[in-house]
Amino acid sequence: MNSSFLAQYGEEIGQLTLEHLWLTGASLLFATALAIPVGIWLTRAPKWAKLLIGATNVLQTIPSLAMFGFLLPLPWLGERAARIAIVALAAYALLPILRNTYAGIRGIDPAILDVARAIGLTDRQRLIKVELPLAASFIFAGLRTATVTCIGIATIAAAVGAGGLGELIFRGVASVDNRLVLAGAIPAALLALAADAALGLLERRFRVPAA
Amino acid sequence: MPAPSTMAPAIEFRELTVASPQGKRLLGPVSLAVEEGSITAILGRSGSGKTTLLRTVNRLIDPDSGVVSVRGGDVRGMDLIELRRGIGYVIQETGLFPHFTVERNVGAVLEAMSRPFAERKTRSDTLLASVGLDPALYAQRYPHQLSGGQRQRVGLARALAADPSILLMDEPFGALDPLTRTEMQEMLRDLLQRLRKTVVLVTHDLDEALYLAHRIVLLAEGRLVANLAPHEFLASNEQDVAAYLRPYRLRAAAMGRGNAHE
Repeated sequence: MNSSFLAQYGEEIGQLTLEHLWLTGASLLFATALAIPVGIWLTRAPKWAKLLIGATNVLQTIPSLAMFGFLLPLPWLGERAARIAIVALAAYALLPILRNTYAGIRGIDPAILDVARAIGLTDRQRLIKVELPLAASFIFAGLRTATVTCIGIATIAAAVGAGGLGELIFRGVASVDNRLVLAGAIPAALLALAADAALGLLERRFRVPAA
Repeated sequence: MPAPSTMAPAIEFRELTVASPQGKRLLGPVSLAVEEGSITAILGRSGSGKTTLLRTVNRLIDPDSGVVSVRGGDVRGMDLIELRRGIGYVIQETGLFPHFTVERNVGAVLEAMSRPFAERKTRSDTLLASVGLDPALYAQRYPHQLSGGQRQRVGLARALAADPSILLMDEPFGALDPLTRTEMQEMLRDLLQRLRKTVVLVTHDLDEALYLAHRIVLLAEGRLVANLAPHEFLASNEQDVAAYLRPYRLRAAAMGRGNAHE
């Protein structure tokens, strides 16, 4: 990659990176808003846990290209490629967040929850003051896995015209131009690494040493 | 430590039974009155129902039949949160919140009751001092920075924070080494002489029961088989008590023979 290449594509790379971030960010927001409350609810109704976590696991096994294809003919969704991309990416992000929220809370030392009940914390206080802070590190770990996965899979979203860094990759493949492939792949990889490091930091920040 | 005998019972169990979810009887029927300001030790083998009985008082377990009353009122008719905030609870594993400082752990009940920070802090300092921990040194530490005995002291301070009239203790010193345990028992005895709480203490340690309690209750396979003063308990030849005391009596007899083999 030389300077004339960057002069020609630099602006587009920047634009597509922002698009990539927007697709991933929006899908993670939806996935988190759904998976954390459902994960908390599952800790209160554990008989549903196997079924729901299993279902999100099945979502995870659908090949991403096929997932985008399935969503294409749906009424409102199919109108805008970005909508398809966000829904599909959110579907992939559900499992790690849901599983870690559930496992993080279920994994808390039972003696701690026993005392929380016994000293008269309300259910809400127990959740906010005890369960969520103690599960936070786990939840961030799930979010981290989800984010890295989403940034990777978002490159496929270009196949349905949703934009993002995948566009450069697909164009590079079509025109047998490795510089274009790398122009998409390198920023995508850097985004994933940066997100991984940032969320890893949060994960460690909220880790609680066992008493 | 003479127990008051004329007051109404602080806790009363009437014809209480508890069964496992599979229908196996874990406890009862048990009837027992615990007098205000008294210390009652509950002894018995593992699985005899000691912890189950204790946990019906603050409704961590609801009985299948029978009634638990606290100061004359059926616990099922009381507000659950209010009931629990009015009863101190100490367990062997301490259950300290690992992400709270010592001070915040001690003030946890007051925090749940939305009391102001300054009050929680003052109360925590007072209580830490009374369980033998210098607040200046320990208030800002986290549970993992404490020894087992110190954690248990914090657990006790937390149980006392809202000044409950009843204290439930489940094997509070069971995980401590013998020397630390003895220190804790002495500290608790001094503290209780000053504070006069109604205490129900589940323990495996006969010495602890004799040292601390006014009444000794023995459970065997879920049934209450003895409810005696310590000296009566030690002298009893009732079958279940004798079975429980057998190893202690054998050991005492062996020690009484002294160094006979020399």
